[in-house]
Amino acid sequence: MGLITAENISKEYRTGEITVKALKGVSFDIEPASFVSFVGPSGSGKTTLLNLIGCLDKPTDGQLRVADTDVFALGRKESAAFRGSHIGFIFQDFNLMPVLTVYENIEYPLLMVQSRPPAERKDRVEKLLEEVGMADQRNKYPDQISGGQKQRVAIARALVTNPELVLADEPTANLDSETAHAVIDLMKKMKDDFGTTFIFSTHDQKIVREAEIIYSLEDGRLKEKVIQKEAAHA
Amino acid sequence: MRDLFKIAIRNLLRYKRRTLLTASLITIGVVFVLVFISISGSFKAMMVGQITDSMIGHVQVHRKGYVASIDNLPLNLNLKPPMVKKLEEILGAQEAVEAYSPRIKFGGMFSNFVETTNIRLIGVYPERELKTVPLLSSRISDGKAALEKGEIVIPVLLSRGMGVKVGDSIVIVATNQDGSVNGKQFRVAGILENVTGPGGRDGYVHIEDAMEVLRMKEMEISEVAIRLKDFSKLASFTDALESLLAGEVNKQGQPVFEVHSWENLSPFYNIARLIDIMTFFIKLMLIAIVLISIMNVMIMAVYERIREIGTIAAIGTLPGKILSMFVIEGLCLGILGAVSGCILGTVILFLINMAKITFNFGQQKGLILSATVQPADLAIISVIVILVSVLASLQPALKASRMDPIQALRHV
Repeated sequence: MGLITAENISKEYRTGEITVKALKGVSFDIEPASFVSFVGPSGSGKTTLLNLIGCLDKPTDGQLRVADTDVFALGRKESAAFRGSHIGFIFQDFNLMPVLTVYENIEYPLLMVQSRPPAERKDRVEKLLEEVGMADQRNKYPDQISGGQKQRVAIARALVTNPELVLADEPTANLDSETAHAVIDLMKKMKDDFGTTFIFSTHDQKIVREAEIIYSLEDGRLKEKVIQKEAAHA
Repeated sequence: MRDLFKIAIRNLLRYKRRTLLTASLITIGVVFVLVFISISGSFKAMMVGQITDSMIGHVQVHRKGYVASIDNLPLNLNLKPPMVKKLEEILGAQEAVEAYSPRIKFGGMFSNFVETTNIRLIGVYPERELKTVPLLSSRISDGKAALEKGEIVIPVLLSRGMGVKVGDSIVIVATNQDGSVNGKQFRVAGILENVTGPGGRDGYVHIEDAMEVLRMKEMEISEVAIRLKDFSKLASFTDALESLLAGEVNKQGQPVFEVHSWENLSPFYNIARLIDIMTFFIKLMLIAIVLISIMNVMIMAVYERIREIGTIAAIGTLPGKILSMFVIEGLCLGILGAVSGCILGTVILFLINMAKITFNFGQQKGLILSATVQPADLAIISVIVILVSVLASLQPALKASRMDPIQALRHV
């Protein structure tokens, strides 16, 4: 069984009298340790789909299993707990806690979400600081580092709990092209090193080429699935 | 928990000016309350001390029904010798009692051989009376308080009105409970100021002289004034004494004694109550200040950090922990305000005491205001501020913890 199994997922939003169908019967399977991209124009449903996979939202219809769990059946607290133990998030705007240092931002999920013991936290954070090349910046605050460095910290924070899945919504949108490629390369390295599945959305064609599997979305429907095991820069 | 405090403190330091302003507002509130309650409390304690220690005593015991008719000074409601004996046995066994003084109170006519007026007289054992109401001697403006037989202390009203001085001879005429009239000549030993100002008509004579004027063969007591070792145990002592005396009943099965604390006997108790009510409302004001200022700051904090809340919620922080983060932030702000307010308030009270502010109460001149604050007051005010801070943070914190991560992450 795949890490993610989506069957005929639909999602509707109501805005006043208007009902917007953001997703229309989307089905797919994603295997563990994959590097997957959802592409499509704005409004195609990428972010909605990532929100559903990330247990931040619930589908109007269909079935969605993530890590052998029917996420549709989870309550609010269970969803939060599930995210905390199975899913990492990388955001377009990095979303680091401004009052925490680089070290503390990476440590946050272990401390506040999983309540891990100090020694384990230290080992994990030190390892990831080295992996993402931020060891020498550990005591800096987010406003003291560059955008690319922030995203490296965000990647480390997403991976620190050893999740099966990391979701990244437009992770390179606020980065220049060189830094964007560096971030994607880092994500791929992390996928190889930790066996974590990365799913990211983007509409940057150069970045898309880095994915092993590309799902194209258009108008809420899955248009195409492209498998390119050997990614462009691999 | 330590890490939640660390995050809360850093978030407070993130908006230094706002934190400082809010903490200052709470500090000012705490200082205001502390200064008010300590000054009003000291004033109240001093006034209660003046009333009880120079006139009433802490507790009084009468024969049942006496207090209801106290304006008439009814001799037929005096305590008979067996009752007095029983009462003295009970009081003598009480550890809490420092001293007690039996009194015979009666009304009479006061004459300086030229003019005559009415007077209320209290027959006492001078030594026992001075042990029970030690400030009585401070009310003597001229002469002495320690009476001897054949001497009288007269109120200043009569001294001035009738031109009587220490050393003069006067005559007291009184009607005893049989209706017969008797008189006795006294030498004026002292002039007595009233506690709360001019107007009092109470004088003192030796208890044996009172018996002689009233032609009492055996001593019949109007009241017994009691002084306690520890004034703070007034309520418990009064209750205990009431219980002890409740068993003493007359032939009709009715209680013989009635026990009253000073609160039931002095109209000043209402002023003391008023001070308590004012203190209560001042504390309410403090609660309002803390509630509004903390709630305002925490609402702002939640509004400004919606995306952060969305982020931590998305990565799996449980709603309870998000709630704790904001509540602890409010708690820290409350602790900061309470601690700084207590320190500043204590310093201000120290300076007030250094200034030795004086005031007058009735005939008592130059009483020095001694504004003291009890550790219990500091603790109570701090606990109020901290609890209200937590309460004020709850609503914004609940809002943060219930936020939909998607909506929060979309917030610009």
